[in-house]
Amino acid sequence: MLIQERHNHMRIKGIIVLIALVFSSVALATSGNQYELTITNHRFEPAELTIPANTKVQLLVHNKDNSIEEFESDSLHREKIIGPNKSVIINIGPLPPGVYQFKGEFHEDTAQGRVVVK
Amino acid sequence: MLGTAIIVFREVLEAALIIGLMLAATRGVGGRLKWVISGIGGGILGAMLLAVVADSITPMADGMGQELMNAAILFVAVIMLSWHALWMHKHAAEISQKIKHVGQAVSAGDKEPIILALIIGLALLREGSEAVIFLYGLAAAGSNASDLLIGSTLGILAGVAAGSVLYLGIARIPIGRLFQVSGWLIMLLTAGMASQAVSYLVQADLFPPLGYAVWDSSFLLSQSSIIGHVLHILVGYVDQPMGIQVLAYALTIGLLVAATSVMNQRQEKVPA
Repeated sequence: MLIQERHNHMRIKGIIVLIALVFSSVALATSGNQYELTITNHRFEPAELTIPANTKVQLLVHNKDNSIEEFESDSLHREKIIGPNKSVIINIGPLPPGVYQFKGEFHEDTAQGRVVVK
Repeated sequence: MLGTAIIVFREVLEAALIIGLMLAATRGVGGRLKWVISGIGGGILGAMLLAVVADSITPMADGMGQELMNAAILFVAVIMLSWHALWMHKHAAEISQKIKHVGQAVSAGDKEPIILALIIGLALLREGSEAVIFLYGLAAAGSNASDLLIGSTLGILAGVAAGSVLYLGIARIPIGRLFQVSGWLIMLLTAGMASQAVSYLVQADLFPPLGYAVWDSSFLLSQSSIIGHVLHILVGYVDQPMGIQVLAYALTIGLLVAATSVMNQRQEKVPA
């Protein structure tokens, strides 16, 4: 089972590498441009994040709540479930300058934030 | 309770609308109810299983497991829906003739019922698993059990109501035009899913976005409004679409239209 899982994992990785090579214009995100975001009591901290324009960045989102959340943004075109006390990576950009709203879909009244691209 | 109801409603709406559309679109196909119910049962079971393994899927593929899984489910749904659309196109004339004259159902063959069940199962799988995870999370966090039960029941009922409205709306269309209208609706649904699937691949950093907002119609109709959300599910409406989404949408419709016109030509060649 473990071997099978590892095998599948490697196969998925292999496919990703292949597609990444085909779309060589898309450089893999570097860990140098990482920003952290924390969810506590259904609020994002920081609620506003400034990132450079036309640059690929990674958001590392930590959900410190005991409840599930979904990071969602129509303008960033991102949608990702974050389990209770889990962290996820969300790739963002390269984006033109502007303000991009995001929210926690399961706690919309408090979980609001925005990415400012300069 | 109301908050729970609204979120559950939003998660089940997609599946409910797809079931409503598929039920209306397969009128006159023999034994379809059995397969629709199998699809619903299988989908709910699958959603629960997916909810259990969700936490281990997310970190896969360098943290892009969730994106790849969503894209894969959507792409399989696109293939199934395309198959179904072409099958219906081939049999529509025969079905509407039989309903009009003899009130009799046509045999669905071997594959079509399985495809129908799969389409419905897949629709429930993706968003259904999110609803399960959400509700389980609330229960684990110690929310009031009766609030949870009432809230989720209300949400599911509202979803079923929306699906029924769509079903009844399409079912009112006279049988002669029904399959033409439902055929187009299914084609738009399929294209919308293809565009959503590539959006997940952009999110996984595998596809280039080709522009983040080809247009911005959010001032006219926001995607997060109720109408915007329903249109997003049914016809793939996106208020700020990425270039690659528009491309995937156009490509899907182009391929389906091309396939149906090839089928039409072949049918004309066969002597009656």
